Amino acid sequence: MIGVTLDRVSKQFDKARGVENVDIQIKPGEFFTFLGPSGCGKTTTLRMIAGFYYPSDGRILFGDRNVTNMPPNKRNTGMVFQNYALFPHMTVFENIAFGLQVRKQGKAEIREKVTRAQKLVHLDGYGERRIDQLSGGQQQRVALARALVIEPNILLLDEPLSNLDAKLREETRQEIKRLQLELGITTIYVTHDQSEAMSMSDRIMVMKEGVVQQIGTPQEIYNRPVNRFVASFIGESNLWEGTVERMDGETAQVRLTPDLLLTGLAANASPECKLAVGQKVTLSVRPEAISEADPSERGKANTFAVKVLLSEFTGVSMNYIAEAGPISVKAMFVGQGQRMRQRDEEALFTVARDSIYFLG
Amino acid sequence: MIKPQLTPPNVRPNSRWNSITTSRHFVYVLIAPLFLILLAYVIYPFFQTFLQSIKQDGSFSLQNYSRFFSLEHTSNLEALWTSVYISVLSVITCGIVGVGMAFLLERYEFPGRKLLSVLALVPMALPPLIGVLSFEFLYGSSGIIPRGLQHLLHLEQPPFVLKGIWGVLVVHTFTMYTYFYMTASSAIKGLDPSLEEAAANLGASRLTIWRRVILPMLTPAIVAASLLVFMISMASYTAPLIFGIERTMTMQIYLSRTNGDLDMAATQSTLLSMVSILFLILMRWYQGARNYQNMSKGVSVHRTEVKSKAGRNIAMVLSFLGVLVLMLPILIIVLLAFSEDGTWTTQVLPPSYTLDHFKDLFTDSKTWRPIANSFKISIAATIGNLLFGVAAAYAIVRMNFKGKTLLDILIMLPWALPGTVVAVNLISAFSEPNVFSFGQVLIGSFWILPLAYFVRHLPLIFRSTSSTLMQTDRSVEEAARNLGASWWYTFRRVVFPMALSGILAGTLLALVEGIGEFVASILLYTNETTPISVEIFQRMYAFEFGTACAYGVLQIVMIILVLFISRKLTGGNTGSAI
Repeated sequence: MIGVTLDRVSKQFDKARGVENVDIQIKPGEFFTFLGPSGCGKTTTLRMIAGFYYPSDGRILFGDRNVTNMPPNKRNTGMVFQNYALFPHMTVFENIAFGLQVRKQGKAEIREKVTRAQKLVHLDGYGERRIDQLSGGQQQRVALARALVIEPNILLLDEPLSNLDAKLREETRQEIKRLQLELGITTIYVTHDQSEAMSMSDRIMVMKEGVVQQIGTPQEIYNRPVNRFVASFIGESNLWEGTVERMDGETAQVRLTPDLLLTGLAANASPECKLAVGQKVTLSVRPEAISEADPSERGKANTFAVKVLLSEFTGVSMNYIAEAGPISVKAMFVGQGQRMRQRDEEALFTVARDSIYFLG
Repeated sequence: MIKPQLTPPNVRPNSRWNSITTSRHFVYVLIAPLFLILLAYVIYPFFQTFLQSIKQDGSFSLQNYSRFFSLEHTSNLEALWTSVYISVLSVITCGIVGVGMAFLLERYEFPGRKLLSVLALVPMALPPLIGVLSFEFLYGSSGIIPRGLQHLLHLEQPPFVLKGIWGVLVVHTFTMYTYFYMTASSAIKGLDPSLEEAAANLGASRLTIWRRVILPMLTPAIVAASLLVFMISMASYTAPLIFGIERTMTMQIYLSRTNGDLDMAATQSTLLSMVSILFLILMRWYQGARNYQNMSKGVSVHRTEVKSKAGRNIAMVLSFLGVLVLMLPILIIVLLAFSEDGTWTTQVLPPSYTLDHFKDLFTDSKTWRPIANSFKISIAATIGNLLFGVAAAYAIVRMNFKGKTLLDILIMLPWALPGTVVAVNLISAFSEPNVFSFGQVLIGSFWILPLAYFVRHLPLIFRSTSSTLMQTDRSVEEAARNLGASWWYTFRRVVFPMALSGILAGTLLALVEGIGEFVASILLYTNETTPISVEIFQRMYAFEFGTACAYGVLQIVMIILVLFISRKLTGGNTGSAI
């Protein structure tokens, strides 16, 4: 096990935007995810760690060793490519054995290790198959076995699930997590899928247009996003703009519309947000933090009437898109057992004080 | 909102045409003419030649074959041997030059790369006869370069002279390395860079990546090109003719035919066809067997820049030499086209120049006649090719019927047959009136030439059309049918326009190939129907180099024009048409 340090790493390309000033320390054995929309620089960062690009600025360390300009074949990282990059002219066995052959290991040793790797990814008995005789999921597992068999210091995964269908993706995701926990290997995972990132990672780095937005555990990123981008990119969120009307010790009151005043806890504010009377702020409220209020509670704080625009039943939950005057409200009720509201119906929604989060 | 229309527009449920076109047997109505044409003009002549080779005075005999393989008169065996070893050597030299160029141009960035990669395809712009002649003019026994060097260095003898088998080999390398170059460079372009990255990530060094990943992935392209070059070398006729190698199969056929020994010509043709067909089958089998090109998105291939000062200088000098070698054949033909006929004897360069040859080409009825002939013949053949090629391509790509593979093979067959053999086959079949010639004797008439061109260029339009058809999605046609269009309407309004670029590219190519055709023409022409290439050949023998080269310039200009247009049409993918 080995840690990875990116020390103020930047990469500029001729025309395209690269990444700016990435500064992270990945702990040994950690499952670390780079998350962001396409073109945000997450793959570029990963490729610098693998050695396919060299940083224009900054240093990359594996443990204490500076590997900034080390060629890729000397780094001992195992990488799973988005398109798997399996060698089409070799069998499954030959593909997995490639890295061991390059390392000049003995025939018997190679056979034993490859067989073990095949077992690990549930591909025993597939050794003689050609690559084009495998399904997408099987190819994915060959790529994983090929990366793991060389006992790499670091496992690099570049959107490994994006070419799989939904059900297979779920299975493979758990499979990768299981292997990572069993082997305890430091893993860097690149994805644009926030639910993948949330469910697998120890920590997540959210990127946008080459700039790091936030680094933290899934809970931190979900519950305390630093800005609008992170709040909207990770899960669903209502983003409402308003003006701080009163600061009252621990609470802040924000007016959204002449009829709508919401009260939240001042402590629930991102570091980028300065709460002061007269300040414009953005409120982030997760849909599941909204619940339906009893008619008797009409007029109480944080309770407001809405008109339902769209309602859908997904089995797990009831989802609403509604409007409170000019404001659009997304709400999700899980297991609350109410009657499903139909289009154009009136309803009374309420938001708990501690689930309002202030953004800059 | 538009209300759904319950009655489909304009469909006559009881139309007879509709019931025919929707029948499951309709497809056979469409393909029957295709098979009939192939039977009449490919299989039947081939079979006639075969019959002639195994008949002696009307009865079955293998005497011709025992004469061929006789150890007393070994000229035929020698010819077979020479043909084979010239072909093997050609494969090797073409392979080294073609693959080498492909790697240099696709993988390295150096001064002159762009120009060189455009000019690398110049050999394709040379009509077969003109290509060989330019080499004779440049490097032959009275060539400009050997004489120039002799003059410059004050030597007794020219320092080198291109002749004999070496001449044939050099010409083959120059004209055929493009097959290796094109297949190898498209294979290199198709290599997924993430494969190399994966190998590097697993610890492989640069050398290991080459040995274990890149070369194995290129093997299919190299094998395919080898088979192709072998086949074309075996069929090569012009180079041995100009460099005076009489002991090759094609030359032997020509000699037997001109000596009136038609039985022997038939025997030699049959044997040469066997070899060619064998290679065609090998090629098709191999192409089906493996294909590693994968289409994946992601990072494009990076060219390594040659950075060191010395490296850049060497690259510059070599690219300059490369450009020179590639351009000289065309330049020399253009130069000679302006030289006065009969004045160039022992000087290094022709002494006097004139514009008359070009004026004469279009004004003098005697020099204009071959041009008119070539155009007439080529246009007639191309119209046939167009109808046949589009119908066959549509049938093969879009329809399901029994005998599809057979149709495919029969269409490709004329491509494998040497032009000499095609001519001999037609001579065997149409020296007497029969059903397929509508009761006429075609030999000695005008129509035998269009027929020969039609057969030789049969696969061209077929291939370019089918490759564009394959790229278009079948569901587009289904959408048209779903919207109520009949089969014919769909074909006219959807299929044809979508395949138009491929059809046009193939048509132009067939047309221009016809204008450059020499190999079959030389065996079939009459004084009335002399085409351009045969005229060039005759002018050469009359020492009218200027006029001969003026014709050559005309041919080259037409080819370059067509290559340019079809590159525009197919979006730079000329490979599909050739």
